[in-house]
Amino acid sequence: MICLKNGGKTKNMDDMDSIYTDLIMEHSMASHNKRKIDHPDKCEMGHNPSCGDEIELEIKMNGDKIEDLAFTGHGCAISQASTSIMIDTLKGKTKQEALDIIDTFIGMIKREIKDDAQLEKLEDAIAFKNISNMPARVKCAVLAWHTLKDLIEKEDTEDKK
Amino acid sequence: MSPETIRKDFKIFENRDIAYLDSGATSQRPYQVLQAVEDYYNKNNANPHRGTYDLSIDSTAEYDKARAKVAKFINAKRPEEIVFTKNATEALNLVANSYGLEHLEEGDSVVISIMEHHSNLVPWQKVTKIKKAKLEYMYINDNYEITDEEIHKKITEKTKIVSITEISNVLGVKTPLEKIIKRAHDVGAIVIVDGAQSTPHMKVDVQKMDADFFVFSGHKLMSPMGIGVLYGKYDLLDKMTPFLMGGDMIEYVQEQETTFAKPPTKFEAGTQNIGGAVGLAAAIDYLEKIGMDNVEQIENELLDYAKSELSKLDFVEIYAPKDNKNQIGVLSFNIKGVHPHDTATILSSVGVCVRAGDHCAQPLIHYLNVPATCRASMYIYNTKADIDRLVLGLNKANDMFKKWRKD
Repeated sequence: MICLKNGGKTKNMDDMDSIYTDLIMEHSMASHNKRKIDHPDKCEMGHNPSCGDEIELEIKMNGDKIEDLAFTGHGCAISQASTSIMIDTLKGKTKQEALDIIDTFIGMIKREIKDDAQLEKLEDAIAFKNISNMPARVKCAVLAWHTLKDLIEKEDTEDKK
Repeated sequence: MSPETIRKDFKIFENRDIAYLDSGATSQRPYQVLQAVEDYYNKNNANPHRGTYDLSIDSTAEYDKARAKVAKFINAKRPEEIVFTKNATEALNLVANSYGLEHLEEGDSVVISIMEHHSNLVPWQKVTKIKKAKLEYMYINDNYEITDEEIHKKITEKTKIVSITEISNVLGVKTPLEKIIKRAHDVGAIVIVDGAQSTPHMKVDVQKMDADFFVFSGHKLMSPMGIGVLYGKYDLLDKMTPFLMGGDMIEYVQEQETTFAKPPTKFEAGTQNIGGAVGLAAAIDYLEKIGMDNVEQIENELLDYAKSELSKLDFVEIYAPKDNKNQIGVLSFNIKGVHPHDTATILSSVGVCVRAGDHCAQPLIHYLNVPATCRASMYIYNTKADIDRLVLGLNKANDMFKKWRKD
């Protein structure tokens, strides 16, 4: 194991294994959510200018329910996996449920929500908990979630018009 | 002096066990530079040009000494041709907003290269839009070179300004400055050279290259952050209007009108970063003690080693010219099929600091048709052991990703 003198902190390869887990690696390469939707109701671009990650989310609603959700674009393993896992988690949820889960995910990453019972609703997305130890990668993990939140909130405003 | 000996002057390496390969972003500082800054604040600190008391006069003298040192370092004709700025970015903005806005007319062209850092690109977008002038790019060929043909095609009678980097911050390649400057002057254009990546690593002679303006940042040259340099030919500086207005840069101020001081003072509004200038002067002393020829040699040897070691890894793709003679110690690469951000995270877990992303050069990254790159950039304190650690990290990253990768 490599341990490093790092201004008092030590880091090692174990940290990597807690980030690049099998679940995250699998989703980063998975393609089942990486596609275009026929006649989506809405789409939204998400962009991380500092690293060039770019995703486009497409959504199809059925009343208040998210009937289909998919993405295209490119980025690092963390952002790709996070997008894919988010889609699996939120498909079939209502807008309100989705917004609640998104806020919980962002709260977990910001370390504002630590209670396991509260985090349960994140399902597989709980795999990103350790990203909060890596400030440089937080933006990659939350990109899709922020993008979807913008998309849902925009749709809400338009509905009310 | 060997890099192993030089490295001992950099105390950060006692506190952090790292292979620091991000000097293209900012360098580390030797204790001699930090000591000079501390000495200035402990012994000579006052607001220069203001006081009549000894301390302020001493502070002014330190500032003037630093300016003279910079002038000599890049071989300017006189110290008045050296304007202190915050960094290269501010210097480029100064020229674009002062010289650019004043001299461009509708239909004129400004020529830059596809390898420019955003700081030598976005300001030109702004002024060419305002003046309805055209922004033209010189592109590179498959071996990352700007050809003679490209220079002649892009720099034409319509060209009023050519602004070009001396070395690409992404690829480490030198641009054909001599040919570009000659062509620009033949058609009556002026030339700004972005020396941010060159000045710390090689001998610069602004008179020999005949640049009209030349800029660099101190922090890439082992100085404190927040000090940079604009060199300009005196006659050009003298005719330009100031970029920032305020204290110290004036001659007479009346209620409605102001006349300005002479260069360089007219471009230095407000209290300046004297500590930074003193630090820059100390960094120049440090480099000159080693000798710029030796600096170049140390870095060339390390680049040769890095390129040859990385070439042995069949899973790594390198973006560099075949020949090393036109390249300095900057090397862009990717692990095939792995995003550079993931590579850089795993490299960090073994203490290797590289930058991953677009390196503030998005048009170049698009032109190269890659999503982003990892960049290892070297300096005099880097050793072969740093490169070995990079190779170790790359192997680790590849091991982690290879079973998931779809080829």
